[in-house]
Amino acid sequence: MLKITGYPDRYSARAGEQIDFKVSLEEGETFQARLVRVVHGDCNPDGPGLKFDHVPSNADGHHPGAPQRIDAGSYLVAPAVPALAAPFTFYAMVWPTLVRRDDQTIIAQWDPVAQAGWHIGLAAGGFVSVTLGGAQGPATARAPKPMLERHWYALCVAVDPVAGTVRIAQRPITPYALTDDDFDVDFDLVPTAPAEPVSGVSIAGCAMADGSVDRHFDGKIDRPIVLAGLHAPTTHDRLLNPPADPTLAAQTIAHWDFSRQVETRQAVDIGPYGRHGQLENLPTRAMKGWNWDGSCHDWRQKPEHYGAIHFHSDDVYDANWRTSVTLLLPDDLPSGAYALHVSCGDSDVDATREHYISFFVVPPRNAPKGSRPRLAFLAPTCSYIAYANHAEHITARGVEMLMNRMVHFGHADLYMYDHPELGGSLYDTHADGSGVAFSSRLRPVLNFSARYHSWLGGHGSALYQYNADTQLFDWLAEKGFAYDVITDEDLHADGLGAIENYDVILTGTHPEYHSTAMWDAMKAWIDRGGRLMYMGGNGWYWRVAFSEHWPGAMELRRAEDGIRPWIAEPGEYFHAFGGEYGGLWRRIGRAPNVMAGVGFIAQGFDFSSYFRRAPDADNPRAAFIFDGVDDDIIGDFGLVGGGAAGIELDCITPELGSPPHILRLASSEGHSAMMMLVNEEFGPVPPNLGGDQNDRVRADMVFWETLAGGAVFATSSIAWCGSLSHNGYDNNVSQITENVLRRFLDPEPFPVVEVTP
Amino acid sequence: MVYRIDAETDRTYIEEFRVAPIAPHSPGLQRVLNIMRLWRGGDQFILIAREEFADYVIGRMPPDRAQPIVIETDLSFSTREEAEWELFRRRWRQHTGEDINQPFRDEVS
Repeated sequence: MLKITGYPDRYSARAGEQIDFKVSLEEGETFQARLVRVVHGDCNPDGPGLKFDHVPSNADGHHPGAPQRIDAGSYLVAPAVPALAAPFTFYAMVWPTLVRRDDQTIIAQWDPVAQAGWHIGLAAGGFVSVTLGGAQGPATARAPKPMLERHWYALCVAVDPVAGTVRIAQRPITPYALTDDDFDVDFDLVPTAPAEPVSGVSIAGCAMADGSVDRHFDGKIDRPIVLAGLHAPTTHDRLLNPPADPTLAAQTIAHWDFSRQVETRQAVDIGPYGRHGQLENLPTRAMKGWNWDGSCHDWRQKPEHYGAIHFHSDDVYDANWRTSVTLLLPDDLPSGAYALHVSCGDSDVDATREHYISFFVVPPRNAPKGSRPRLAFLAPTCSYIAYANHAEHITARGVEMLMNRMVHFGHADLYMYDHPELGGSLYDTHADGSGVAFSSRLRPVLNFSARYHSWLGGHGSALYQYNADTQLFDWLAEKGFAYDVITDEDLHADGLGAIENYDVILTGTHPEYHSTAMWDAMKAWIDRGGRLMYMGGNGWYWRVAFSEHWPGAMELRRAEDGIRPWIAEPGEYFHAFGGEYGGLWRRIGRAPNVMAGVGFIAQGFDFSSYFRRAPDADNPRAAFIFDGVDDDIIGDFGLVGGGAAGIELDCITPELGSPPHILRLASSEGHSAMMMLVNEEFGPVPPNLGGDQNDRVRADMVFWETLAGGAVFATSSIAWCGSLSHNGYDNNVSQITENVLRRFLDPEPFPVVEVTP
Repeated sequence: MVYRIDAETDRTYIEEFRVAPIAPHSPGLQRVLNIMRLWRGGDQFILIAREEFADYVIGRMPPDRAQPIVIETDLSFSTREEAEWELFRRRWRQHTGEDINQPFRDEVS
């Protein structure tokens, strides 16, 4: 089990700036901290071993610590709503998604200490409940018939707090034969306690006596309305359909229209008082509402069909932990990968008592060209955030079959299992089965850390994403290449300006997620003569989005196609952040091949194979790549699955944008039946999906020149970097990589090649 | 109905797995493993690294995350391969009713 963890307030910082680290200490009262440069985070005894360089800083030493917890669950608070001591009626359209959970909140005005106020919720089984807090304690009315999961209901609850009476009316939008879920029932409860009335209301969550917010709702709520007075269920229709009824408008206490200001944290009250709500923990907006009829799939075009917010009891945006260490980055700190190493004792078989809290130091702003290295590593922080706390080994089944071996759990995974409130990755599903469409870095991310061994990584070192990228950091250090680090978020924020002064960019092993701003900047950089070394596989695959209203969070809609661990609902393919159409870049008309010359073709996690030299390796244009490499077989060794070709592979596909003059230098072979074609590559399912029977299942190592004198080299394999250190860094994978990098750093333009029709 | 592991037909794959628990596997062994690894709603066996590359135990993850993972601390392994073999032996018995009385390595007594 993990006894210490934490997160930084940012992933990207500059020398001279400060970073706040939020640490949770599970045992003891103090912990030790030190700043380290991360060189190699893989403790595989068959490799170079762990390498961290201590950097003296103000963080060195002991710090007080204590456990810190995450209050997960999204909700809305509208503090301006007054205490409702007179009769009122609540209307909403409700779509519950986890009816087995008890004690959910639809809307409440509740004092948890005094047990006063009123609470409209959902009890286990899907029964609407209404609780009134009286002088003799709370009394609850329970609906006689349940709601069906994932069905829309018109809900009307009329409350007379003085008389202590409640009317609950529920009407299914889609009634079924033999399903009895329509009713209108009156209850006598207790008068609400008159003293100390609470004000403000909360939706989808309720304040607890300990200061947290709990009793969350799982599901969608559309158009919650509160009217003064007791009204009939039929009034609901008049409220929802224009033109507005002035007699009802005069009685409006609040009327929230969730289809407005979708990108923001605000829930707009269109009633006369403007009692706007504030959303917490990033519920999902741009969700189709009760009246969506399929006539429009873009929420911006028909917002009246997108009036729902999907709340989840396990949504997390910002863990909001107290700052434990404020690190002042030394003024002369070079750009690179760093971590705050925190520890609270020696680790043993039962507990890990250290954690590397990762971040990157990026170069100073506006550094003139020539003052910085000409090489940059583009840290794929979008992909790290997408995979943050990737827990399919916990939340999904079938992983053992996919890995073709037992599912690996380290201490961090055991901690993750016990702490679902950490929040999932964009690969996980919420407790109610809906996909996690937002991932935030403002929380502990256990797999964005040196030493983390992934259940998803190849057999051997078992590295994936960040820790796999440290194998490249190690190789760069070993070979003595100077470089800067630019993160994805920097590229998103600053565009081409973030990278235009670099001649060569190295990617990470799996740069899968990119925003439009990032895509445009990278393409512009390549078109202007940049030299790209694509050091992995399955890059430029998914489109993601950021929002200034929720900094640190990233959105993904798993639309239409691709390797989708969950599938977005029809009609919900457009981002709430910015309104772009989400999903695969390929489906948006920008296949990875347009950027890198190759695109995703296959994945398999059982073992990694090797490349065989292809005829284009003998093309004079590629001579520099194979200088000193005469081998026919390349990379039949490595720490990630035992070879350089594995995990996820890319290949040339001219129809998708691979340039006509691209050189196929080598292709992988020898993959098993478990290395399978990705599903966007076929229509009818072919029987020969596996690499043992399908010759499209291969990685193509490629090179091509661009019109501006630049070039692109792609390894097309996530496992490539796991082979760099083999035999003391003296091997053909290392030699090819070094040959390419040295030539790419040579300012001599690459010749423009005539394309023969 | 999916394939049912048959002791007579599939016994030949026991030795293949013992020698090389990590892929690549023959198609016949792969079918046996896929059937063994089908999740049928019960516990999911997992490999817990108490110390990476040195000390492993088998765990059982229940279907309901609210329940704790059961960790078999009384039986530890120094390699993943040893744990894979132990699990294979259990599953072979579960599917065929037969015990495999072979050690992971010939030299192990």
